Amino acid sequence: MPQPPRIVITGMGWVTPLGHDLQTVWGRLMRSESGMAPIDRFDARTFPTTFAAQVRNFDVANFVEDAQVHRTAGLNTCFALGAARQAWEQAGLSSWKGLNRRRAGIYLGAGEGVLDTEHYVAANIAGWDPSKQAIDGPRWAAAALREMTAMREIEQEPNMPVSHLAREFGLRGPSYNCLTACAASTQAIGEACTILKRGDTDLMMAGGTHTMIHMLGVTGFNRLTALSTSKGDPTKASRPFDRDRDGFVMGEGSGMVILETLEHAMARGATPVAEVLGYGSSADAFRITDIQPEGRGAAAAMTMALRQARIDAATRRADGRAPIDYISAHGTGTKENDSIETLAVKRVFGPLAKDIPMSSVKSMMGHLIAAAGAVELITCVMAIQSGMLPPTINYSNPDPELDLDYVPNTARPAKVDVCLSNSFGFGGQNDTLVVSRWNG
Amino acid sequence: MSRPARRRVVITGLGPVSAFGVGMAPLWQAMIEGRSALRPIARWDASGLPTSAAAEIPAELFDVKSYVPKSYRKATKVMARDIELAVGAAHEAVRDAGLLTKSMEGSAEGATPTLSPDRVGCHIGAGLIAADIDELTTALYTARDEAGTFSYALWGTQGMSNLTPLWLLKYLPNMLACHVTIIHDCQGPSNTITCAETSAALSIGESMRVIERGDADACLSGGAEARLHPMGMLRQVFAKRLAPTPEGVDPATVVRPFDPAATGGLLGEGGGILVLEALDSATARGATPIAEVAGYAAAQCFCPDTVGVMVNETGEEIAAAMANAIADAGIGADAIDAIVPFGSGIAHLDAAEAAAMGKVFGSRATSIPVIQVMPFVGNCGAGCGALSVAIAAQCLRTQTLPARINTTRSSLVANAAPSSSARLGHILVSTTSLGGQTAAIVLRAHP
Repeated sequence: MPQPPRIVITGMGWVTPLGHDLQTVWGRLMRSESGMAPIDRFDARTFPTTFAAQVRNFDVANFVEDAQVHRTAGLNTCFALGAARQAWEQAGLSSWKGLNRRRAGIYLGAGEGVLDTEHYVAANIAGWDPSKQAIDGPRWAAAALREMTAMREIEQEPNMPVSHLAREFGLRGPSYNCLTACAASTQAIGEACTILKRGDTDLMMAGGTHTMIHMLGVTGFNRLTALSTSKGDPTKASRPFDRDRDGFVMGEGSGMVILETLEHAMARGATPVAEVLGYGSSADAFRITDIQPEGRGAAAAMTMALRQARIDAATRRADGRAPIDYISAHGTGTKENDSIETLAVKRVFGPLAKDIPMSSVKSMMGHLIAAAGAVELITCVMAIQSGMLPPTINYSNPDPELDLDYVPNTARPAKVDVCLSNSFGFGGQNDTLVVSRWNG
Repeated sequence: MSRPARRRVVITGLGPVSAFGVGMAPLWQAMIEGRSALRPIARWDASGLPTSAAAEIPAELFDVKSYVPKSYRKATKVMARDIELAVGAAHEAVRDAGLLTKSMEGSAEGATPTLSPDRVGCHIGAGLIAADIDELTTALYTARDEAGTFSYALWGTQGMSNLTPLWLLKYLPNMLACHVTIIHDCQGPSNTITCAETSAALSIGESMRVIERGDADACLSGGAEARLHPMGMLRQVFAKRLAPTPEGVDPATVVRPFDPAATGGLLGEGGGILVLEALDSATARGATPIAEVAGYAAAQCFCPDTVGVMVNETGEEIAAAMANAIADAGIGADAIDAIVPFGSGIAHLDAAEAAAMGKVFGSRATSIPVIQVMPFVGNCGAGCGALSVAIAAQCLRTQTLPARINTTRSSLVANAAPSSSARLGHILVSTTSLGGQTAAIVLRAHP
């Protein structure tokens, strides 16, 4: 039986609240910096949550060949273009002319674009018939056709980032967008690997992009009581695994990787930065509002990814180390997620769980929703390359129930060869990736 | 190049949902008779838009409560229309496949499901689900300042609390799959693909691969969308994809794929879920496959306008997907006996598809029968591909081509014609999205 091809990452890029290039963001994560501040994109001063981690000073024109081509792009698409350009450059693809574009695809876990709130709200109010408590169709249509603009609307479709990337980088292979809430970009990278393994493509651009830092995004999560409503210093609000955690803090941005079969990467002389060893995916099939309380689905995704990576979760490696070196937690900072994720990790690794450091960069850059998984996979690769683990900041009061090593507050040197990255979405979607050092 | 023998995937259940109702029987009957469901929209007064007709599911033909177990009825309150359609479709597919799942009425408490829940996956394509405009505006209206203008400050203090706490969960695209996986207890790999009209075809392709590589034994697979609400229609108007429906014109006659006189498409609500199953699993439980999913491929079109409202008219990438799907099925193009194209009546898309057929089939392109979908049930967005595949499977099972309507001057075999019997071994299904994602699926008659 022939072995399936090995899949390597040859390029990475991100646009996050802590910066727009690999080293700047990594440096700030190492210094335990926070990207949280009061929201200034719209007036959220009276909202239950008034702060978020926004991407700042980002100009897509620095990342594309011709900004005119993307002039109608939404913010999510701009972030994607920025992250993808970095990955493309790192992979050496801008200077290589041999790419078979038919065998180069895209798999994103991108979120929808931002609603044109101002004009949408104006049209709805203009079209409202208070006596019927309903929209008056013709009056609404007249207002909507007057207020809203075609491209602003079309660019909100969730497949628009894919379409822009395909155009910018000339990719013509299979292209997908999945939107499985907060698990989306982990799933996208995992599915891209399966396409490569089957031999259907040579190269895939994969990752995610999202922003929900807009009026109805904050409203939606506030109504769900999923966001931190802390009244103090915003940089202290995201407290994954801490006893006093009270919800997540919204971030935004994009993470992108270039994935290739090892054979393709080697043939063109590319340098792999890491190898993707395993991918697991499961559904809780429990409730739309709650996570399965024993972490059944989360554990299933981790187990599947480890099995594919041929890693025995119950056995130490020959040198005495735990089976893996680091877990990039989903770690949102909600009561429920952090408890059940801890439970699921213990379910998978048993007594060895306590020897595996697990941190959440969401404590520093917030929750990038659909884009979170891709950015967190990149932090795993950065940890492998730098021999440093990013911390969970704002960890000041241990929760007696949560007894793993969360890399509290300060970055830590460690020998890092194999990492696991978890993403869990609203509605019970679980995805896990296992990534390792490229050993040549 | 020969591939190693791979696990074969068949369709064992069809759950189409269309303006004709739930299930294949009413849809097929209408297609045999050449009856379109396109008519003026009744649900809201769309007369202010240049297009005000669509294929709506009449209220008497669809009540989501009849597709969920009693214990789950409360959850129907947080289902957008798109979610309701997926839940109805999944129920029908599971019933049609003869599967016993956790939720099926009549199953005794604690009865063993036919398939192990962790071996059942779920891939359901979804669209950009718009918020219910009346519900949201009721709340927005309470946040006007003295001048009558919307105020963010008032929204924060008094407006947003008028929305139900679970408001956001009605509109997350992955909620189609979430509710379906909960109701039928599917714990295997699950995904929500959001590539506009190609979503369902990409989902079916992904399910096929998941089963093929052994990560599941069966998947509930397809897509659903309901864009007949104001925002959904407005976006299509903005994208110039809809045919005008002036007074005096019968909407049933408007959609004419591949006709030089075509003026655009019309929308429908619907889609479908299919049960895709490993042939070994179907055989073991004594199920009769409806058709085999023999080949699949996808590609991305070059779009001169970046976002893919306009798709490259050479049809080059659509042809690549078709050719790769045919090769994946291990057959030659000459083995394709009929084709279910996207066939939207949107002129440049029809032209791209016709060009692609020319590239793949050469001179045969003008003699392969075209099976229409959109003239009957409209463009069901993320549900399109699932309806097309379900219809193709039904054609193979019955060895029948349904009627074609409206088109009169096509150079393809696409002009109006009554239903006829035909010898059908393989049918090719193709879909291309607003955005340029394109996918092709080859179905094979079984056995």
